[in-house]
Amino acid sequence: MAEKNALPLKDRMKIARIPMPELDPSVRSRNFEEVNQGLETAAALTEATRCIACAKPGCVVHCPVGVKIRDVVALIYAGDYLAAAKKLREDNSLPAITGRVCPQENQCEGGCILGKKGAPVAIGNLERFVADFERTSGQLGLPAIAPSTGKSVAIVGSGPAGLSAAGDLIQKGHRVRVFEALHELGGVLIYGIPEFRLPKSIVKGEVDNLRRMGVEFETNVVVGKSVTIDELMQNEKFDAVFVATGAGLPRFLGVPGEHFNGVYSANEFLTRINLMRAYQPSEYDEPVYDCRDRDVIVVGGGNTAMDAVRTARRLGARTATLVYRRSAAEMPARAEEVKHARQEGIEFHMLTNPIEFLGDEKGWLTDARCMKMKLGEPDQSGRRSPVEIKGSEFVLPANVVIIGVGTTANPLIQSSTPDLNTTPRNYIVADPETTRTSKRGVFAGGDIVTGGATVILAMGAGRKAAASIHSYLTSGLW
Amino acid sequence: MYKIVEARNVGLNIKQFVIEAPRIAARQKPGQFLILRLHDKGERIPLTIKASDPVAGTVTIVVQAIGKTTSLLNCLEAGDCILDIVGPLGHPSEIETYGTAVILAGSVGTAMALPTANALKQAGNHVVFIEGARNKEMVVFEDEVRQASNETYIMTDDGSYGEQGLVTKKLSELIASGRKIDFVLAVGPVPMMRAVAQVTAPLKIKTMVSLNSIMVDGTGMCGGCRVLLGNKSKFACVDGPEFDASLVNFEVLMQRNAMYRDKECESLKQFVQNKHKEVAQLRAELAAAEAMAKGELHG
Ligand SMILES: Cc1cc2nc3c(=O)[nH]c(=O)nc-3n(C[C@H](O)[C@H](O)[C@H](O)COP(=O)(O)OP(=O)(O)OC[C@H]3O[C@@H](n4cnc5c(N)ncnc54)[C@H](O)[C@@H]3O)c2cc1C
Ligand SMILES: Cc1cc2nc3c(=O)[nH]c(=O)nc-3n(C[C@H](O)[C@H](O)[C@H](O)COP(=O)(O)OP(=O)(O)OC[C@H]3O[C@@H](n4cnc5c(N)ncnc54)[C@H](O)[C@@H]3O)c2cc1C
Ligand code: SF4
Ligand code: SF4
Ligand code: FES
Repeated sequence: MAEKNALPLKDRMKIARIPMPELDPSVRSRNFEEVNQGLETAAALTEATRCIACAKPGCVVHCPVGVKIRDVVALIYAGDYLAAAKKLREDNSLPAITGRVCPQENQCEGGCILGKKGAPVAIGNLERFVADFERTSGQLGLPAIAPSTGKSVAIVGSGPAGLSAAGDLIQKGHRVRVFEALHELGGVLIYGIPEFRLPKSIVKGEVDNLRRMGVEFETNVVVGKSVTIDELMQNEKFDAVFVATGAGLPRFLGVPGEHFNGVYSANEFLTRINLMRAYQPSEYDEPVYDCRDRDVIVVGGGNTAMDAVRTARRLGARTATLVYRRSAAEMPARAEEVKHARQEGIEFHMLTNPIEFLGDEKGWLTDARCMKMKLGEPDQSGRRSPVEIKGSEFVLPANVVIIGVGTTANPLIQSSTPDLNTTPRNYIVADPETTRTSKRGVFAGGDIVTGGATVILAMGAGRKAAASIHSYLTSGLW
Repeated sequence: MYKIVEARNVGLNIKQFVIEAPRIAARQKPGQFLILRLHDKGERIPLTIKASDPVAGTVTIVVQAIGKTTSLLNCLEAGDCILDIVGPLGHPSEIETYGTAVILAGSVGTAMALPTANALKQAGNHVVFIEGARNKEMVVFEDEVRQASNETYIMTDDGSYGEQGLVTKKLSELIASGRKIDFVLAVGPVPMMRAVAQVTAPLKIKTMVSLNSIMVDGTGMCGGCRVLLGNKSKFACVDGPEFDASLVNFEVLMQRNAMYRDKECESLKQFVQNKHKEVAQLRAELAAAEAMAKGELHG
């Protein structure tokens, strides 16, 4: 078991949080290499020393899946990184990913006692360290697979929800087949989150592990179009289906001029770059607007908008500006991304909202007409809602505008599965505990149920679904 | 991997392929399309499904070489493979018994309109097919067109075959002759579809057009294919590809389709210069991918 931390409490609390080594902003804002370089072993050890091993760890309570952080950190301190990885995987099947992309400041680290007075333990960085150690150690043992149950499960969508459900179900001895609409596996992890935050090789590694465990993957299948849920169950004899199709439908602003050439949804822009690799024009066929020496505006304040604006910068934009209708305090993006964006020279126009896009006679975008906003009363989300300031209009030059103001439910399953209950906004209704839908044998989880959320919540939903599907398949009870 | 079982030239730069794609073949309906990707560095392009054989598990597409991807595709032969194909996508054509249905199509649009023409005929419509082409050599699928229609007109720009003039000329003649037309479908270049809309809109003849906007995913996820209908934005891949012609803003469609023109021209130029190398490379890549896929299945 873990070695006791020998350093007295007081001394431990004096150690400053170890910063994450980063690529220099002037270099990285010209390439797509991962910004965060990862902690060295010695640095990780020192960071682990900072944890005071609370009797009632706030960090665990604030992690959406209850990762046993205290025990993981103790194992790092003891130098047993593989054991730490194993402990981590008890609750989190994608640690190399969540260590990189969780909004730790609102979750685990937000609950860390050390944060009350100073900086919290760098839990995300440690999680990443352990997961990367495991991944590169070559000692990644595949989990034991139970004898075949003779049951089979279809999973629709290969994002974090689908992948984590697949991993748990295959271990229970079920046959598992994942259907994905795109030609690559990973969902938003592949087409949305850019290489400089989450290298594709990490996602590919997770998929390869699942493949080695026996999970079958079929890309290029749009369930609802290529095959329906009923056909999967009746003709292809799947005993259960887990729908994890995400919330990928882009929202536009609905303002005049959105059809001009140069106006993108963040999904389209990021898909062209991440999935289709348009940032390597000499090698890949997919085109994207040539941002070099152009003015790019991104609308929104979440991770998607932040990813888009930093991508535009890397494509050589002269100005890369984020326009957000609330103030910096309301931005839902991860704190680290906002910091990185500022370092990379992204300009922020807070309390600003575009009201019209202007273009030339050939249909190319030239400017965005914007309005200044002020914060009014709190809205349903508890955030103070922005109100336009009359007479505050101004024009920002823009050759490219990227709209990253959120997404809604992917609709193709719902419209082709009549007995599946949906909300008025077309999300699938599923029990939060069992992930059961209104249709026998069909489960749903992740963004398609909750609306756009986080990787860790989608992963958690996938694992809940797996447990629930397993109990349905073994008991036969609905 | 999707195997090409048959490939033949059907016109100048136009080739027809029969490809193994059992899932798509089982569900395809007239008016739907697929999206394919030739190799690991290739783009995704949409192509209408001309026919499918659910028993053989094959689909038929007809491709006009106009840019790099379609030119590379048209270098492939029976026995070659295509890396990725997804479908069937989009709404099927609305097939009703309208009465007299006039279909206007040109070059590759003819192939795209054929399945819908067949279905309209089978639904009991009197189908008038007006096929347009620049000249005699460019007339494609004449036999199939005649079979899919009750009345057939071929129009060539130079009068080298059929009658001289644009397809809209024949449409206007039919209208002027007092023929009652209940439904019109136009499939082809944007200016042609716009011209048809201009003829039929004042007469309030229900007219559909199949819009060829630029697509990426084809599932509603990117919004790149959006078209302007009145003042509403619609996604051609999931809301279309057929839309009510009287609402379509054709200028915006043309403008958006020109978005990457410079890059497309450059890309085609590069391809033409290195054609043999590119084709050889594609075949090598596909063979490697096939070997890998086999390895995955066995181990
Ligand atoms: C740009 C961007 C950045 C983000 N950054 C972060 C971050 O830093 N941290 C964080 O925690 N979260 C982040 N998120 C949110 C997070 O990625 C999502 O909450 C999470 O991926 C949801 O997982 P999911 O499995 O439910 O769905 P998704 O990841 O959306 O996967 C769904 C998959 O289903 C497929 N699919 C859809 N319909 C069908 C169908 N009919 N048939 C077959 N397949 C289908 C899709 O192609 C997709 O691959 C970000 C999101 C975006 C877009
Ligand atoms: C629903 C639909 C059905 C279609 N059916 C057929 C068909 O049956 N046969 C056929 O030959 N063609 C069809 N097309 C057009 C075909 O997709 C384009 O010709 C092809 O994408 C051009 O690719 P390229 O690289 O060869 O040419 P490029 O050099 O990329 O482009 C040449 C022209 O094609 C258009 N184009 C480019 N990329 C796309 C894209 N991703 N999607 C749509 N258009 C694009 C551009 O506006 C440009 O003017 C269809 C298009 C759509 C939207
Ligand atoms: S999963 Fe996310 S919230 Fe939980 S411990 Fe890891 S980084 Fe923190
Ligand atoms: S709350 Fe902070 S100090 Fe306490 S156990 Fe968790 S990480 Fe360690
Ligand atoms: S092609 Fe992406 S939404 Fe239509």
